[in-house]
Amino acid sequence: MQRHHDMGGLPAGPIDLSAHAHAPWEKRVSVLMNLLSRGARPYFTVDEMRRAIEDLGPDEYDRLGYYERWITAITRILLERGVINVDVLGRKLAEVTERRRAPPAR
Amino acid sequence: MSGDRFRPGERVRVRVADTLGHVRTPHYTRGHSGVVESYAGAFPNPEELAYGRSGEPAVPLWRVRFEQKRLWPDYSGRPQDTIVVDIYEHWLEPAETKSRRTARPKNDKGMTRRGGKVKR
Repeated sequence: MQRHHDMGGLPAGPIDLSAHAHAPWEKRVSVLMNLLSRGARPYFTVDEMRRAIEDLGPDEYDRLGYYERWITAITRILLERGVINVDVLGRKLAEVTERRRAPPAR
Repeated sequence: MSGDRFRPGERVRVRVADTLGHVRTPHYTRGHSGVVESYAGAFPNPEELAYGRSGEPAVPLWRVRFEQKRLWPDYSGRPQDTIVVDIYEHWLEPAETKSRRTARPKNDKGMTRRGGKVKR
Protein backbone atom coordinates (compact mmCIF):
# COMPACT_ATOMS: atom_id res chain seq x y z
CA MET A 1 0.00 0.00 0.00
CA GLN A 2 1.32 3.43 -0.93
CA ARG A 3 1.35 5.50 2.23
CA HIS A 4 -0.66 8.71 2.17
CA HIS A 5 2.21 11.18 2.60
CA ASP A 6 4.29 9.52 -0.14
CA MET A 7 2.38 11.38 -2.86
CA GLY A 8 5.18 12.35 -5.24
CA GLY A 9 3.91 12.23 -8.80
CA LEU A 10 0.22 11.82 -8.00
CA PRO A 11 -2.24 14.26 -9.61
CA ALA A 12 -2.47 17.34 -7.38
CA GLY A 13 -3.76 20.23 -9.45
CA PRO A 14 -2.08 23.64 -9.55
CA ILE A 15 0.37 24.54 -6.78
CA ASP A 16 0.28 27.97 -5.14
CA LEU A 17 3.87 29.22 -5.42
CA SER A 18 3.27 32.71 -4.07
CA ALA A 19 5.21 33.80 -0.99
CA HIS A 20 3.19 34.31 2.17
CA ALA A 21 3.95 35.58 5.66
CA HIS A 22 4.08 33.13 8.54
CA ALA A 23 1.86 33.70 11.57
CA PRO A 24 3.71 34.29 14.86
CA TRP A 25 2.58 30.88 16.21
CA GLU A 26 4.02 29.17 13.13
CA LYS A 27 7.39 30.79 13.78
CA ARG A 28 7.19 29.61 17.38
CA VAL A 29 6.57 26.04 16.25
CA SER A 30 9.58 26.26 13.94
CA VAL A 31 11.78 27.53 16.78
CA LEU A 32 10.48 24.81 19.11
CA MET A 33 11.42 22.19 16.55
CA ASN A 34 14.92 23.62 16.19
CA LEU A 35 15.47 23.73 19.93
CA LEU A 36 14.24 20.18 20.45
CA SER A 37 16.00 18.50 17.50
CA ARG A 38 19.39 20.22 17.38
CA GLY A 39 22.29 20.85 19.70
CA ALA A 40 24.48 18.51 21.72
CA ARG A 41 21.62 16.55 23.32
CA PRO A 42 18.55 16.72 21.09
CA TYR A 43 15.27 15.33 22.38
CA PHE A 44 14.49 13.74 19.02
CA THR A 45 15.53 13.71 15.37
CA VAL A 46 13.75 15.12 12.33
CA ASP A 47 13.36 11.50 11.22
CA GLU A 48 11.33 10.86 14.33
CA MET A 49 9.17 13.89 13.64
CA ARG A 50 8.60 12.71 10.09
CA ARG A 51 7.53 9.32 11.44
CA ALA A 52 5.05 11.00 13.78
CA ILE A 53 3.65 13.13 10.94
CA GLU A 54 3.39 10.16 8.60
CA ASP A 55 1.52 8.22 11.29
CA LEU A 56 -1.18 10.90 11.66
CA GLY A 57 -3.40 9.02 9.23
CA PRO A 58 -4.76 10.37 5.92
CA ASP A 59 -7.66 12.36 7.41
CA GLU A 60 -5.58 14.23 9.98
CA TYR A 61 -2.74 14.66 7.52
CA ASP A 62 -5.06 16.47 5.10
CA ARG A 63 -7.05 18.36 7.73
CA LEU A 64 -4.07 19.90 9.50
CA GLY A 65 -1.95 22.69 8.03
CA TYR A 66 1.82 22.38 7.67
CA TYR A 67 2.81 23.74 11.10
CA GLU A 68 -0.23 22.14 12.73
CA ARG A 69 1.23 18.80 11.63
CA TRP A 70 4.56 19.82 13.14
CA ILE A 71 3.18 20.79 16.54
CA THR A 72 0.94 17.72 16.68
CA ALA A 73 3.93 15.47 15.93
CA ILE A 74 6.17 17.31 18.42
CA THR A 75 3.50 16.95 21.10
CA ARG A 76 3.10 13.22 20.50
CA ILE A 77 6.84 12.57 20.69
CA LEU A 78 7.21 14.61 23.88
CA LEU A 79 4.35 12.58 25.39
CA GLU A 80 5.98 9.30 24.29
CA ARG A 81 9.30 10.39 25.78
CA GLY A 82 7.77 11.51 29.05
CA VAL A 83 9.05 15.07 28.61
CA ILE A 84 5.49 16.19 29.28
CA ASN A 85 2.53 14.11 30.40
CA VAL A 86 -1.10 14.03 29.41
CA ASP A 87 -2.30 15.69 32.61
CA VAL A 88 0.10 18.63 32.38
CA LEU A 89 -0.76 19.12 28.71
CA GLY A 90 -4.51 18.93 29.34
CA ARG A 91 -4.39 21.48 32.16
CA LYS A 92 -2.24 23.88 30.14
CA LEU A 93 -4.53 23.63 27.11
CA ALA A 94 -7.54 24.36 29.33
CA GLU A 95 -5.74 27.34 30.87
CA VAL A 96 -4.85 28.81 27.48
CA THR A 97 -8.35 28.22 26.14
CA GLU A 98 -9.81 30.01 29.17
CA ARG A 99 -7.37 32.89 28.82
CA ARG A 100 -8.39 33.41 25.21
CA ARG A 101 -12.07 33.35 26.15
CA ALA A 102 -11.75 35.87 29.00
CA PRO A 103 -12.02 39.61 28.27
CA PRO A 104 -8.64 41.36 28.23
CA ALA A 105 -7.49 42.55 31.66
CA ARG A 106 -7.75 46.30 32.33
CA MET B 1 29.02 -1.17 4.24
CA SER B 2 31.37 1.42 2.86
CA GLY B 3 30.39 2.54 -0.60
CA ASP B 4 32.15 -0.20 -2.56
CA ARG B 5 29.08 -2.24 -3.45
CA PHE B 6 28.21 -0.29 -6.59
CA ARG B 7 30.12 1.77 -9.10
CA PRO B 8 29.03 4.93 -10.94
CA GLY B 9 27.41 3.90 -14.23
CA GLU B 10 26.13 0.61 -12.85
CA ARG B 11 22.44 -0.16 -13.38
CA VAL B 12 20.57 -0.83 -10.17
CA ARG B 13 16.97 -1.57 -9.29
CA VAL B 14 14.97 -0.24 -6.34
CA ARG B 15 13.41 -3.01 -4.26
CA VAL B 16 9.64 -3.28 -4.20
CA ALA B 17 8.44 -3.15 -0.62
CA ASP B 18 5.32 -1.62 0.84
CA THR B 19 6.10 -1.14 4.47
CA LEU B 20 5.03 0.76 7.52
CA GLY B 21 7.47 3.11 9.19
CA HIS B 22 9.46 6.09 8.00
CA VAL B 23 11.02 5.33 4.63
CA ARG B 24 13.13 7.69 2.54
CA THR B 25 12.72 5.77 -0.72
CA PRO B 26 10.02 7.51 -2.80
CA HIS B 27 7.23 5.13 -3.76
CA TYR B 28 7.46 6.17 -7.41
CA THR B 29 10.98 4.76 -7.70
CA ARG B 30 10.20 1.29 -6.36
CA GLY B 31 10.61 -1.52 -8.86
CA HIS B 32 12.33 0.82 -11.31
CA SER B 33 15.91 0.65 -12.49
CA GLY B 34 18.30 3.55 -12.77
CA VAL B 35 22.00 4.24 -13.12
CA VAL B 36 24.28 4.95 -10.17
CA GLU B 37 25.38 8.58 -10.40
CA SER B 38 27.66 8.77 -7.35
CA TYR B 39 28.24 7.69 -3.78
CA ALA B 40 26.90 10.25 -1.30
CA GLY B 41 28.45 8.98 1.92
CA ALA B 42 27.13 6.85 4.76
CA PHE B 43 24.48 8.10 7.17
CA PRO B 44 22.66 6.75 10.23
CA ASN B 45 19.69 4.72 9.01
CA PRO B 46 16.65 7.07 8.99
CA GLU B 47 14.32 4.08 9.34
CA GLU B 48 15.89 3.44 12.76
CA LEU B 49 16.32 7.10 13.75
CA ALA B 50 12.58 7.48 13.21
CA TYR B 51 11.97 5.28 16.27
CA GLY B 52 14.52 6.96 18.51
CA ARG B 53 17.29 4.42 17.92
CA SER B 54 20.87 5.23 16.95
CA GLY B 55 20.69 4.35 13.26
CA GLU B 56 24.13 2.74 13.52
CA PRO B 57 25.84 1.28 11.61
CA ALA B 58 25.61 4.03 9.04
CA VAL B 59 24.11 3.02 5.68
CA PRO B 60 25.72 4.00 2.36
CA LEU B 61 23.60 6.44 0.38
CA TRP B 62 23.65 6.43 -3.42
CA ARG B 63 22.55 8.99 -5.97
CA VAL B 64 20.63 7.13 -8.67
CA ARG B 65 19.56 8.65 -11.96
CA PHE B 66 16.22 7.59 -13.43
CA GLU B 67 14.69 8.34 -16.82
CA GLN B 68 11.50 10.34 -16.29
CA LYS B 69 9.71 8.61 -19.16
CA ARG B 70 10.31 5.26 -17.48
CA LEU B 71 9.00 6.44 -14.10
CA TRP B 72 5.89 8.04 -15.58
CA PRO B 73 4.15 6.27 -18.48
CA ASP B 74 2.38 9.52 -19.48
CA TYR B 75 5.42 11.77 -19.06
CA SER B 76 5.07 14.69 -21.46
CA GLY B 77 8.43 16.41 -20.95
CA ARG B 78 11.55 15.95 -23.03
CA PRO B 79 12.43 12.28 -23.57
CA GLN B 80 15.97 12.81 -22.27
CA ASP B 81 14.78 14.22 -18.92
CA THR B 82 16.10 12.46 -15.82
CA ILE B 83 15.76 12.75 -12.06
CA VAL B 84 18.42 11.93 -9.48
CA VAL B 85 17.13 10.42 -6.22
CA ASP B 86 19.14 9.67 -3.07
CA ILE B 87 18.52 6.03 -2.14
CA TYR B 88 19.93 4.05 0.75
CA GLU B 89 21.89 0.95 -0.18
CA HIS B 90 19.55 -1.59 1.41
CA TRP B 91 16.86 -0.50 -1.05
CA LEU B 92 19.06 -1.24 -4.07
CA GLU B 93 20.07 -4.38 -5.88
CA PRO B 94 22.01 -4.93 -9.10
CA ALA B 95 19.53 -4.62 -11.98
CA GLU B 96 20.73 -7.83 -13.62
CA THR B 97 19.82 -10.22 -10.80
CA LYS B 98 16.06 -9.75 -10.96
CA SER B 99 13.83 -9.65 -13.97
CA ARG B 100 11.28 -6.87 -14.27
CA ARG B 101 8.50 -9.40 -13.71
CA THR B 102 10.01 -10.55 -10.41
CA ALA B 103 10.64 -7.01 -9.29
CA ARG B 104 7.03 -5.96 -9.76
CA PRO B 105 4.94 -8.75 -8.35
CA LYS B 106 1.24 -8.92 -9.05
CA ASN B 107 -1.16 -9.34 -6.19
CA ASP B 108 -3.73 -12.08 -5.83
CA LYS B 109 -6.25 -10.17 -7.94
CA GLY B 110 -3.96 -10.37 -10.94
CA MET B 111 -3.33 -6.64 -10.88
CA THR B 112 -0.02 -4.87 -10.75
CA ARG B 113 0.83 -2.68 -7.79
CA ARG B 114 -0.25 0.43 -9.66
CA GLY B 115 -3.55 -1.05 -10.68
CA GLY B 116 -2.84 -1.97 -14.31
CA LYS B 117 -3.89 -5.35 -15.68
CA VAL B 118 -1.08 -7.86 -15.82
CA LYS B 119 -0.13 -8.93 -19.33
CA ARG B 120 0.11 -12.68 -19.68
